[in-house]
Amino acid sequence: MGTIKSDKMDLLRFATAGSVDDGKSTLIGRLLLDSKSIFEDQLEAVEATSASKGYDYTDLALLTDGLRSEREQGITIDVAYRYFATPNRKFIIADTPGHVQYTRNMVTGASTADLGLVLVDARQGLTEQSRRHAVILSLLRVPHLVLAVNKMDLVDFDQEVYNKIHAEFTQFATKLNIPDLEVIPISALQGDNVVNRSENMAWYSGPTLMHHLEHVHVASDRDLIDARFPVQYVVRPKSDEHHDYRGYGGMVAGGVLKPGDEVVVLPSGMTSKIAGIDLFDREITEAFPPMSVTIRLEDDVDVSRGDMIARVKNAPQPSQDIDAMICWMTTTPLKPRQKLAIKHTTRTARALVKDIQYRLDVNTLHRDQETKELGVNEIGRVQLRTTVPLLCDPYSKNRTTGSFILIDEATGITVGAGMINSAS
Amino acid sequence: MTETHADYRLSQLDQLEAESIHIFREVAAEFEKPVLMFSGGKDSIVMMRLAEKAFYPAKIPFPVLQVDTGYDFPEVLETRDNWVNRLGVRLIVASVEEAIANGVVVDDGKTSRNRMQIGTLLHAIEENGFTAAFGGGRRDEEKARAKERVYSHRDEFGQWDPKMQRPELWSLYNGRIHAGEHMRIFPISNWTELDIWDYIGREGIEIPSIYFSHQRRVFERDGMLLTESPFNPCRPGEVAEERTVRFRTVGDLTLTGCVESTASTIEEIIDEVAVARVTERGATRGDDRFSEAAMEDRKKEGYF
Repeated sequence: MGTIKSDKMDLLRFATAGSVDDGKSTLIGRLLLDSKSIFEDQLEAVEATSASKGYDYTDLALLTDGLRSEREQGITIDVAYRYFATPNRKFIIADTPGHVQYTRNMVTGASTADLGLVLVDARQGLTEQSRRHAVILSLLRVPHLVLAVNKMDLVDFDQEVYNKIHAEFTQFATKLNIPDLEVIPISALQGDNVVNRSENMAWYSGPTLMHHLEHVHVASDRDLIDARFPVQYVVRPKSDEHHDYRGYGGMVAGGVLKPGDEVVVLPSGMTSKIAGIDLFDREITEAFPPMSVTIRLEDDVDVSRGDMIARVKNAPQPSQDIDAMICWMTTTPLKPRQKLAIKHTTRTARALVKDIQYRLDVNTLHRDQETKELGVNEIGRVQLRTTVPLLCDPYSKNRTTGSFILIDEATGITVGAGMINSAS
Repeated sequence: MTETHADYRLSQLDQLEAESIHIFREVAAEFEKPVLMFSGGKDSIVMMRLAEKAFYPAKIPFPVLQVDTGYDFPEVLETRDNWVNRLGVRLIVASVEEAIANGVVVDDGKTSRNRMQIGTLLHAIEENGFTAAFGGGRRDEEKARAKERVYSHRDEFGQWDPKMQRPELWSLYNGRIHAGEHMRIFPISNWTELDIWDYIGREGIEIPSIYFSHQRRVFERDGMLLTESPFNPCRPGEVAEERTVRFRTVGDLTLTGCVESTASTIEEIIDEVAVARVTERGATRGDDRFSEAAMEDRKKEGYF
């Protein structure tokens, strides 16, 4: 392994999904091991534990199950984040458990992912769970999807098995919004087509999993057209040296902002021009997502946290009526008339559930309009009324200005994740 | 950061920086009384740098807290003071020695200073009424840390419950707490050891001299090279000798080992870290060796 310079690399975040026995932990262990991201002391600890438990082979899943209760039960109970790098790219894996709480955990992992990796067992073919994972990834607008057909060693590396799963999944995917799909036959246990090309599957001419992860193009997935800058923090030095400095700190959520741009501050509707964009002690000529910068305006307009800076002729519509898909994450069901706290970009308000229009069956995509509540791990379409206007875009257009979380005001717990369809 | 962005791509290090700054600003905007835990080690120095950037040209709008074990390396304390003075932030020192004297923690002669930091820290958080404490924990360090959220909820006893963590979605952090509770905040969760070194190199910022190769009188214990010191005398059979070493992590000097190395520049350290086959904690942190779940157990009690 040569020297890796991480200030030259780019970043790919991906979320893994799969049923309990699809070999997900083995695959992650294999990716880490073959990219030389596992250290000797970690591997030795796993080998020792495997031996003391009387296993015939080193259980790579022990590398990823980091908590006592997980090791006790041999299951993954929560999302964990793992890291590895190749010379050109760093990877952040959101390792989501394929266990009963799948939807909530998958939504969590997929919310920040550029790519979703769904595992299927070649012997089983597509299951209800694989379809569900694909549906969730498509709802969360994860732009790239990889279906890894695992355990090819157990079906004699048979091309027909792969072709059948490939055809079946491609057919299913036409009903979903999946802009980029790759289907790769692998054996995580033996390492076929994971990092190294498989000699057992000469019939397969596509990329190995690692090659695909390294080369999939993610920069184009961001919205560089519609300028969106949620104001996060007002920088006021109150020092002699910077007496008149007044800047607005935040992370660019969309578009490209430049000094001289005519902008509007929402919700007040006041207009001004960008006087300068600061990145720490330097002025820069443009800012784009996901940069954290400080923007100065030419006029002394009233701007505070929760406001949004956008282009005069291209601004989101402030709205108190939100139509959204909600993933409900707690055991007490969501019901109409319920009041919750809502956090959207840098703005926090309260929300009232006006109506639950339908519950989505993530297996069949059937819209159940009879049930008027959402249970834990269920997804549905909901109408909300908020106490203050939110400055939102459809989630399909912008994952930052189109998303929100719901918080139970009594317990303080995050109970829901929302994706905006439209605001009116 | 590069000046031209023809294709509007940020390097992963720039993305990590942007994400960390976002977290610092979010906490400063939403929490009543945050504090930055600052040991003077490399991770907390990167944190300090990120906080400096997040609020520039204003000063960092919260104090920093150091939990002094009494057994800290003098070079580290010197760096701590330089940073605090240059940035003009208020330093609060929570001393383990003092905590022992005041009966906040008990020194039974068997418990390590590292463990006694837990009670000392929790006492300082409670006494000062801090509602959020930034920590330099990274998820790549340890398998229990891989499970940690960026906003890590702590109850009135400062405890972490890994089974009751709040889901964390997009970059929407939930900072709600009840009276008496606090949040631990980990802005550099997604950084790896190598990222930290690349960033220190890129920013050209001051770190304690003991990270670089130097001569030191050390002795071997449990496979680690420990510093000869009155706090940590050689036991029978252990012999101290001069070696060329450097530290990969810094903590309490009775438990932090060094490695033999001639790396004397950031570039050389990066080359060394890039080919290291043992994790920094596995190699040189005695505190993680007590059991397979040493870190998890300490974190549940309130460790950072």
